[in-house]
Amino acid sequence: MLKFSRIPVLIFSVAILLFPSIAQLVPAISHYTDILVFAGLYCLITIGLSLLMGYAGQISLGHAAFFGLGAYFSAVLTTRYGWNPWMVMVAGTLFTSIIAGAVGWPALKLKGHYLAMATLAFGIIVVIIFNEEIEITGGPDGLTRIPGLKIMGFAFNTVERYYYLVWVLVLAIFLFTANLIQSSIGRALRALHSSESAAMAMGVDAAKYKLLVFIYSAALASLAGSLYAHYLKFINPSTFNIFFGIKLLIMIALGGMHFLWGSIIGAIIISFLSYEWLQYFEELEILVYGGILLVFTVFAPGGLAAIPHMILEKVRTRK
Amino acid sequence: MEQITFAGQLFQYLITGLTIGSIYAMVAIGFNIIYDVTEIINFAQGEFVMLGGLIMVMLHVTVQIPLVIAFAGTVMVVTLIGVLVDRLAIRPIRQPSVLTLIIATIAVSFILRGIGMYFWGKDPYDLPAFSGRTPILFFGAVIQPQYLWIMGFLVTIVCGMNLFFEKTIIGKAMKACAINKDAAMLVGINVNLMILLSFAFSAAIGAVAGITITPIAFMEYDRGAILAVKGFAAVILGGLGSFTGAILGGLILGVIESFGAGLISSGYKDAFALIVLLGVLFFKPSGLFGNIEISKIKRF
Amino acid sequence: MGKESPDTILTIENLVMAFGGLMALYKPDIRVKRGSITAIIGPNGAGKTTLFNIITGFLKPDEGSVQFNGNSIKGLKPHEISKMGISRTFQTVELFDNMTVLENVMLGFHTKEIKSFILSGLRTSRLRNHENEIRKKSEELLKFIGLHQKWGEMANNLPLGEQKILEIGRALASSPTLLCLDEPAAGLNETESYRASSLINAIREKGTTILLVEHDMKVIMNISDQIVVLNYGQKIACGTPEEIQRNVQVIEAYLGDEGNYVKD
Repeated sequence: MLKFSRIPVLIFSVAILLFPSIAQLVPAISHYTDILVFAGLYCLITIGLSLLMGYAGQISLGHAAFFGLGAYFSAVLTTRYGWNPWMVMVAGTLFTSIIAGAVGWPALKLKGHYLAMATLAFGIIVVIIFNEEIEITGGPDGLTRIPGLKIMGFAFNTVERYYYLVWVLVLAIFLFTANLIQSSIGRALRALHSSESAAMAMGVDAAKYKLLVFIYSAALASLAGSLYAHYLKFINPSTFNIFFGIKLLIMIALGGMHFLWGSIIGAIIISFLSYEWLQYFEELEILVYGGILLVFTVFAPGGLAAIPHMILEKVRTRK
Repeated sequence: MEQITFAGQLFQYLITGLTIGSIYAMVAIGFNIIYDVTEIINFAQGEFVMLGGLIMVMLHVTVQIPLVIAFAGTVMVVTLIGVLVDRLAIRPIRQPSVLTLIIATIAVSFILRGIGMYFWGKDPYDLPAFSGRTPILFFGAVIQPQYLWIMGFLVTIVCGMNLFFEKTIIGKAMKACAINKDAAMLVGINVNLMILLSFAFSAAIGAVAGITITPIAFMEYDRGAILAVKGFAAVILGGLGSFTGAILGGLILGVIESFGAGLISSGYKDAFALIVLLGVLFFKPSGLFGNIEISKIKRF
Repeated sequence: MGKESPDTILTIENLVMAFGGLMALYKPDIRVKRGSITAIIGPNGAGKTTLFNIITGFLKPDEGSVQFNGNSIKGLKPHEISKMGISRTFQTVELFDNMTVLENVMLGFHTKEIKSFILSGLRTSRLRNHENEIRKKSEELLKFIGLHQKWGEMANNLPLGEQKILEIGRALASSPTLLCLDEPAAGLNETESYRASSLINAIREKGTTILLVEHDMKVIMNISDQIVVLNYGQKIACGTPEEIQRNVQVIEAYLGDEGNYVKD
């Protein structure tokens, strides 16, 4: 499971980096690049969530709030105060990390359902604040005219350029996280997930590790939020509600939480469902998501990424 | 015309708070019944309430079935839905872990919400109040007759549940499951049936809550989520596993919310219940009447 | 009471632990000598595992003191106690079933690992070298306990006897000065018990002090230097295996009508 072979990653990286060029040549799928930008942003969140849920075994239903905090931090400070977007992005990620630490510290002492509800409650409170503090956040109407990103004159003002910005970042974070999993920290997380008592007896500070992973995943979500704000150039509170928070959960359940690349598959598939395939069937959207979540929970709890393994197991036991 | 005194205003908040608190109490009771027998927190509890309201609208308003029959019919349909949830979503899970069950009930809540949106769209719906809307003036507070219906139903449900769990064989069997599932199995209690019944009861009570609240607060397809979270807040405030706690927790929560919305900020109305939830979880997870031993032992 | 001898590695004094109305432990004063094997025995419910959980930080006693190498460890968390040099196994084997035999042992080295988040994510060469060292040490440890061949197996695929040996091995990884074994021979047959006691002796040879809870009398009488007998949370006897075998109270409370136990 943890034999991390670089070859599939290499193939995927090449494919993902070549995609925009191919898409530009085929009119029917040329808008897929835009969809994949969103998918990439969601990947940043799901990579962190996957680490939290699949390896540290903790559940968070409120990560949409961290996504939102990053987005609003960037939007507010760049539109109302004219600060440099990059600095704001870094500051916002730090700020969200601190909030995550403050919330996570007491919340992660809770188990199972308690933690799920606590994170859900936190997520709802954050969105209420976005809606109510109109002076700062623009209320339900949100904020517009958010500036784009540029470095020394080079502006990320086309879909393709933003695509590369996002996906290079995704691949870098993916590698970083994969390294984490392979390291002693990853081992400690898996140990915690398997037997918290034994792990603690072997010197693993359970509280510290759970908090670390929680903060890491929140930071990634915040970063994704900032990038989202500068791409769309418009945000409003309804984007960051519990519906989205649970959609993130679905991405992970679909892709598979025990393999890191499952988080990428899940994010991509759900993005296409949202923006492409179910576009005209809004009434069905919720049903489809619920259905996917249920089917995978009951029949394939390991998600799509675990299916090759499940097949191998079946073949092995049949022999 | 009577002067609206500040005391009268406060009393008004109290009455409204007790009314909405009764709804939260009903949701909380529903949570407790399922939790007691199965140790599952049913994240879809709020959707039972939502469906109760919307189905009642369809039967009573659209199809014009008389109130009492429509009421009974709605409760029956939602109970059936509760049974289906257990059979189709919960029972089939082969390796039930806390994480899996949480996700399963979340999935169910989505599916039910999707069904709600598919059939009723996004609009809010109204129901005629059971005995009209002529307000009763009482010590400076305006009491809608519907408030009394809600509180009355809560009392009925509480008495009914008490009788059921104390006096009937099935009720006692369900309590046995709550205390020790394996022992219950060993003495021949059909645990699967008990689980089914717990879902059925919770669904029925949820439906009653939905039907009775719609004339006051409307009902739309996505109300379930926030109701579930507030109902959970009530459960935790009162103490998970405690019947009395669920009722008191719900009422207290409703009153806090009402006073908060009235005196501090109506925009942040929902936040009050959530802050109570976080406060209890972080500082006293056993709640007012719960037992910390119970919450620790019960496989959380 | 009295001056602490440098020979004593663990001192337990005036310990009181109650659960609700049940008195689990009542002042079972115990002194463990450095480098020795001390066994704690007693009927079920005598408080043995409670005592272990207090020593290893999983429980906080209501009253009393627990001194390790002269320092109080009462109230410390399990991971802090691990860092101080106390390691343990569990009554019901608590291996990491999502990891291989080798990985279980590698986790045992956790206190010695580089735990920097950033460095781990960047996977620097210093980190990789350190990881290789840990892997080598783990393999050596596996050789020491005789499980080297099965390094790649999933831990829960091993038979129970080997699982218990593995758990001991994992506990050794942190080079503890005090090793607490909770029923290392429970559920094992004669061969497996023998393997376990040989391992325990070998560990003692290396200078580690061992504290064990056990029901298997053969194992106890064979390897222990000192035996402490608990009953209903109180210490009713303490001495060498010969003394305990002859102690009337112990025989009454615990060994039943067996009388003299034949030592092999």
